[in-house]
Amino acid sequence: MELIFAQVLTGLANASTLFLVASGLSLIFGVTRIVNFAHGSFYMLGAFIGYSLMQFLPGMFGFWLSVLLAGLAVGLIGVIVEICVLRPVYKAPELFQLVATFGVILVIQDLALLTWGAEDLLGPRAPGLKGVVRILGEPIPQYDLAMIAITPMILLSLWYLITKTRVGVLVRAATQDREMVGALGVNQAWLFTGVFFLGSAMAGLGGAIQLPKGGADLLMDFNILAAIFVVVVIGGMGSLPGAYIAAVLISVLNVFGVAYLPESTLVLMFVVMAVVLMIRPYGLLGREEFAGEHGQVGEPERPIKPAGPQLRMFVAAMLVLLALVPVFGSNFHVVLTTDIIIFCLFAASLHFMLGLGGLVSFGHAAFFGGGAYVAALLVKFADTPMELALLLAPVGAGLAAFIIGWICMRLTGVYFAMLTLAFAQLLWSLVFQWGEVTGGDDGMVDIWPSPWLSDNTSYYYLTLIIGVGGILFLRHAAHSPFGYALRAARDSVKQAEATGIHTKQVQWLAFAFAGAMAGIAGGLFVFSKGSIFPTELEIGRSFDALIVVFLGGVKTLSGAVVGGASLEFIKDQLTRFEYWRLTLGVVIILVVILAPEGIVGTARKVSERFGWIRKSEDLQ
Amino acid sequence: MTRSTEAVLDVRNLSKTFGGLRAVDKVSFTVAKGELLALIGPNGAGKTTCFNMLMGQLKRTSGEVLFEGRDIANLPTRAIWRKGIGRTFQITATYPSMTVIENVQMALMSYHRRIYSLLPFATRLYRKEAMALLELVGMPEQADRHCAILAYGDLKRLELAIALSHDPALLLMDEPTAGMAPTERIKLMQLTADIVREKNISVLFTEHDMDVVFTHAHRVMVLNRGELIANGSVTDVRNDPKVQEVYLGGGTLFAEEAAGEHA
Amino acid sequence: MRSNNVMGLAAALTVALSATAALAADTIKIGEINHYKRMAAFAEPYKKGIELGLAEINAAGGVLGKPIEFIYRDDQGKPGEAVKIAEELMTRDGAVMLTGTIFSHVGLAISSFAGKKKYLYLAAEPLADALVWAKGNEYTFRLRSSTFMQASMLAEAAAKTDAKTYATIAPNYAYGKDAVAAFKKALLALKPDVKFVAEQWPGLFKIDAGAEVQAIERAKPDAIYNVTFGGDLAKFVREGTTRGLFKGRKVYGLLTGEPEYLDPLKDEAPVGWTVTGYPWYDFKEGANKKFVDAYKAKYNTPPKLGSLVGYMTAQSIAAGIKKAGSTDTAALVAAFKGLDVNTPVGKITFRKQDHQATMGAFVGTTTLKDGAGRMINWSYKKGEDYLPSDAEVAKLRPAAK
Repeated sequence: MELIFAQVLTGLANASTLFLVASGLSLIFGVTRIVNFAHGSFYMLGAFIGYSLMQFLPGMFGFWLSVLLAGLAVGLIGVIVEICVLRPVYKAPELFQLVATFGVILVIQDLALLTWGAEDLLGPRAPGLKGVVRILGEPIPQYDLAMIAITPMILLSLWYLITKTRVGVLVRAATQDREMVGALGVNQAWLFTGVFFLGSAMAGLGGAIQLPKGGADLLMDFNILAAIFVVVVIGGMGSLPGAYIAAVLISVLNVFGVAYLPESTLVLMFVVMAVVLMIRPYGLLGREEFAGEHGQVGEPERPIKPAGPQLRMFVAAMLVLLALVPVFGSNFHVVLTTDIIIFCLFAASLHFMLGLGGLVSFGHAAFFGGGAYVAALLVKFADTPMELALLLAPVGAGLAAFIIGWICMRLTGVYFAMLTLAFAQLLWSLVFQWGEVTGGDDGMVDIWPSPWLSDNTSYYYLTLIIGVGGILFLRHAAHSPFGYALRAARDSVKQAEATGIHTKQVQWLAFAFAGAMAGIAGGLFVFSKGSIFPTELEIGRSFDALIVVFLGGVKTLSGAVVGGASLEFIKDQLTRFEYWRLTLGVVIILVVILAPEGIVGTARKVSERFGWIRKSEDLQ
Repeated sequence: MTRSTEAVLDVRNLSKTFGGLRAVDKVSFTVAKGELLALIGPNGAGKTTCFNMLMGQLKRTSGEVLFEGRDIANLPTRAIWRKGIGRTFQITATYPSMTVIENVQMALMSYHRRIYSLLPFATRLYRKEAMALLELVGMPEQADRHCAILAYGDLKRLELAIALSHDPALLLMDEPTAGMAPTERIKLMQLTADIVREKNISVLFTEHDMDVVFTHAHRVMVLNRGELIANGSVTDVRNDPKVQEVYLGGGTLFAEEAAGEHA
Repeated sequence: MRSNNVMGLAAALTVALSATAALAADTIKIGEINHYKRMAAFAEPYKKGIELGLAEINAAGGVLGKPIEFIYRDDQGKPGEAVKIAEELMTRDGAVMLTGTIFSHVGLAISSFAGKKKYLYLAAEPLADALVWAKGNEYTFRLRSSTFMQASMLAEAAAKTDAKTYATIAPNYAYGKDAVAAFKKALLALKPDVKFVAEQWPGLFKIDAGAEVQAIERAKPDAIYNVTFGGDLAKFVREGTTRGLFKGRKVYGLLTGEPEYLDPLKDEAPVGWTVTGYPWYDFKEGANKKFVDAYKAKYNTPPKLGSLVGYMTAQSIAAGIKKAGSTDTAALVAAFKGLDVNTPVGKITFRKQDHQATMGAFVGTTTLKDGAGRMINWSYKKGEDYLPSDAEVAKLRPAAK
């Protein structure tokens, strides 16, 4: 009994940091609708800045002052990011901003490395709170008690700010209806900046306040990211009390998980999230989201039409060029192009459901990695020949997508995205944990192609045929009745349902189809590398695809392919340099600002303006 | 005007309660073949609720909705559509990312059960049929325009073309002329009336503009606070004291009232 | 619509046609792949060690009359990326062999690739036993003492005490699992009556230290076996110390004594733990001291264990090429089998039977000195004494012919 009480206290103390950081994310999302991937980076900066300040400011007063100043400093950094990076792209399609925030992550990672060095910094202990208090005989660190006490106070102050002050009224109004704020005569841009300040400051505060429990290191940003998204989603996006309840729920459950089911640590919070979302699709205290909130603001998408003769010629010419890569290029060009084609197919499969269907998935890697693992497992345990394994990879991935899609279809918008993320994480942890079969994180090695394809060039041609074939098939699918029905379901559920289209079913099948196509890419991947590891199922992999789709242009047909090819190529070039993350981050941010409709969308606009191509109104 | 007395739609004691509130209270009426029937009433009278129940977008609390003799009240919208009921919306709902004709083709593909097909080019399917429908509503020259840049009146006509794509026996039109200029209203309703006559289909529509109602409706029903308080010819309804009470005065006031109500 | 496709294909074209001129080949190039960004704290000292080794080798005239040059590439911590880079290093940059990686999974990916393409891969730092055993192949050698070896050393020390019940805490991934399994196996072999009363598996770099400490305390073990490292270790030590977990308990820490992990703890470094590590501060003479001095002179900072491994990597590669007399892979592979290298820790041998080098480890007890964690009463345990018998090794290496 005493122990359980002590464990609850530990959970409550852990919830503190999680809540502080998550509440900032929730505020920012609620008002600006920006999915801020860089929020973990703000948290990390809070820890580093707090650490540095504590070196100069001694004593108990200095410690707490450092925590506050760290929050303030990070808030200001958030303002800089908001003004320089995000403000120029508010008009871009929704979720496009997440690409910019991804660039910010990269920049902050390298800047932090430059500023504070590579070594982990152990946080200083809080002066005056170094010892333990015995409660029912159990030792409870004093600092834990301090955090347990402080957090509700912060929650209350935030709650007061939001519900009782004029600023809060505006914030709440903006959370519910952005247009209305404009109508109230408030400068929306500065409201957003203010919210960004507050949200980032919360993240910084969280980073600084956890110092006595840990420290500052360069992996903190990604390590907390998934957890805070989970908290925000379980609590209900935009709800502060929800975030607090969720943070407590996750933290306390985690403490018991550690004690009674020690291997559950990787997956517990995702299971909780999946269960909560299945019972309450908008989180514990969230409000229903309405259609049209997932990527279809800004200019309406252009009509599409089948490729004309010129374009067909062009594609054919390109195919010939690609076919000639092994003849004129080096062995490495062959390998690099193989990689790029596979990645483009993966990105294109996501683009099919994201661009045409408006279905934002944060977990598409599940099907890429899933396909790869299906192929690898077949080879390892059933001695399946490569040819058959390649064929079965999309079947397996498609089946997984079929099942996962069925569950996720109950939700929409960001909640849908987060549920896909949860399932991708579940799949990841299954692969990671089930070492006897999957090899765990040591992966599966020696999965090589059949002898007739064993050299790079033959495998390249296989990839070219299947990969480019897959991409062209996806493109064709966009022009097929199914692709049209998918767009119809996205454009107007009301009209689609009123004309006999089962929109959920169409979206569900599109999800499965996209999963199967990602599975093809995964199958090609595993044989090209000869090995497969859980990293291919990771969140980062899903984000890779998500980012190139937006970067290329979500409202264009070739966006994924262009984005994928460009980013992979740039990455390959940049990673040769010492500070490639900084450079890549800046490149991404610049592309986002200069090409707010993605590379293709913006290129098209520019071409129209200069009369290189005809304007859409004349399209016949 | 030759109208058969056979009922296409037979609504019996249809009710909907939200919590304790009776939004629609035991409404009964029929729609005859080829009839243009108007459902009017002040804001919040329950017209849209009624419509949503007819089209399956809202579950009824009690009552029956018989379409061509069969109860359709528990079917999903898409199944009701397939039985032969088309619908247009108060706030237009079209597919802005497509061209005008593709909007119609989409409905035709759905009607012909081709939406799960991955092989053909959608733009080449049922183009002729779609063009015929666009001609019917008078916008063939706009066929290949981007739907997102259409004028509001054209969107309304496009919706009508979409709603007619499966050759419905009954058309439900929710405020078909809302948000349009007066001359356009008359044009659109004239067009609808012509089509109804030509194809011998029935139309049930709600409307605020009493000019439109009195000019085109064959019959008028008045809904107030969820209850049907009048049901009859234009003249009968106009002179019904209960209706006059609801609308605070005589028939001449109707038009003014309606004009003030549009958002 | 047209411009979309123009852009798409133009991008592909750029890729197809981009060709970077190959560098002139007047040096012997070694392809080095590591997690320079993901694991900067570990990769940097390692790289410095290599550079120190190279400077010495090249000052002495290089090998085969040519200087050795390392090409360092960042793999972003992704195995797939590492394989691509390996291909590029070998086929475009003119590397004669591959080395590197800290993460075991990336090491395994390169190893499999090397085995397939018949390139020599010297795994410098990855610890996974599978690298030379279960998934070992003809073309892969490993320098550093493996999980199995180091865990056995700690188990030997543990067997000498009267502790009967043990709790383990290890990061929830392959390295952690291997390290616990190896320790259990070795300890139970030496002392069959030992009981393992709790096994804790925090997520790597996501430890919930308070909860882990409570869970271990609940099991009331006599001793604790720790495999956590990095930030996890720091949090675990702090929570454990604060809550009195380590009072009156023996603690065995795998790698805990390495400066990489001990230094960040500063004056909170644990006291009295039995650990493997690297006591660079204690060398009074000999090759170890020479290396430490040279390193300090060059970089003005003391070496970490990674620095030593990096230095020995450069030494091993130079020795291998010298012995082979050429940079031909077949000759190199033949040369590495049974290759003797004189290193700061003494002579090591790349064993013929499993390609594992006999580099050992320093085992000692932690203490605090001048506000920093140090190892005392340490001794160097030779690697060859902690490797299984040849017969067992043959069984462990099914894949390699």
